[in-house]
Amino acid sequence: MITYEDACRVINQSRGEAVAVSTMTQTRYWNKISHEPDLDVGIANAMSKASSVALGVALGDADRPVLCLDSDGSLLMNFGTLATIAGMAPKNLFHFVFNNGIYSITGGQPVPAPGIEYAKVAEACGYASAHRFDDIESLDSALPDILATDGPVLIEIIVRGEPQTEGVDQTWESNAGLPNQLRALRTRLTGTDDWGSGGPYI
Amino acid sequence: MINGVLHPTNVVAQLVQQGVSHYVTLPDSETAHMYKALMDEPTITVVPVAREGEAIPVAAGLFVAGQNPVISIQNAGLYEAGDALRGLALGIGLPLVMFIGYRGHNRKGDTPDSAATFLEPYLHMWRVDYFVVESNDDLDRVPLAFERAANTNQPVAVAIGTEYASEGGE
Repeated sequence: MITYEDACRVINQSRGEAVAVSTMTQTRYWNKISHEPDLDVGIANAMSKASSVALGVALGDADRPVLCLDSDGSLLMNFGTLATIAGMAPKNLFHFVFNNGIYSITGGQPVPAPGIEYAKVAEACGYASAHRFDDIESLDSALPDILATDGPVLIEIIVRGEPQTEGVDQTWESNAGLPNQLRALRTRLTGTDDWGSGGPYI
Repeated sequence: MINGVLHPTNVVAQLVQQGVSHYVTLPDSETAHMYKALMDEPTITVVPVAREGEAIPVAAGLFVAGQNPVISIQNAGLYEAGDALRGLALGIGLPLVMFIGYRGHNRKGDTPDSAATFLEPYLHMWRVDYFVVESNDDLDRVPLAFERAANTNQPVAVAIGTEYASEGGE
């Protein structure tokens, strides 16, 4: 079993200048170690849709790798994304699924079917390849080669659950920061700062 | 015929004129001919999604990467996509034109289809501006929608109030 901290550290080592679209508990750990905050987006506002945003970025900037740091609970909530991603087949999309079998943020309740093997599902949907890791050494040694292959690739990581027992600590804060994060990412990817504010929420 | 005739090639021409790069869609029964017309347009990439709730997040990602997407989903699918509309369109100030199939729309106003009954109240509730297009004669509303989205940094709907006709058809 792998810890969130170790998984994020290993992914970050091979990250290069990839975009990272994260969600839920992964965002908390990723933000602590990422050295490219302008290439990071934490999707909490619109739960489960990190993989859909990542797909859009990957299709829109096909020369840059895009890492999606997804989770089992979020993926189950947007399961059709596997078919959508497989259908568009972006070679630059690497879809990590942190699988702990529980909803961490809400206190550790089990997901509906904790035994699902997401790598197998992705393979059946038509991802270019899929992998499953439950020890950090194997992930560490295999990841550079995996990231050198054509996507879409799903990398399932069996992580130790960290249920929050003292309330949610991230929702509003990360939602409020999302518009600025997305603008910073657009500026980084396009070289232009042309997306102004708009609407009642910004 | 109660509603007017709307040819998909006319709408595609509007999309090309607006520089649209991607058409993110889940096809519905009213838009079959539109899908076919898009297949013949090499400058626009069609992105099929498995569920309507994916469409806005995919479009948001495309826009962040410098592209100019639109989405096309049915009114019933827009209801399913409510959380994405809230969090990743209104909530981030996304200038996105959303083509919404107005299933059940009837100019006489006596539709038995609740998908139609709720569309305009739903858009008002979210404070989403919209334009209704019922025929080729209404197509000058499409550039207005793009202009409104760009000026406000907000999603704007184009409600397609008729089934797309086949080319040459009525």
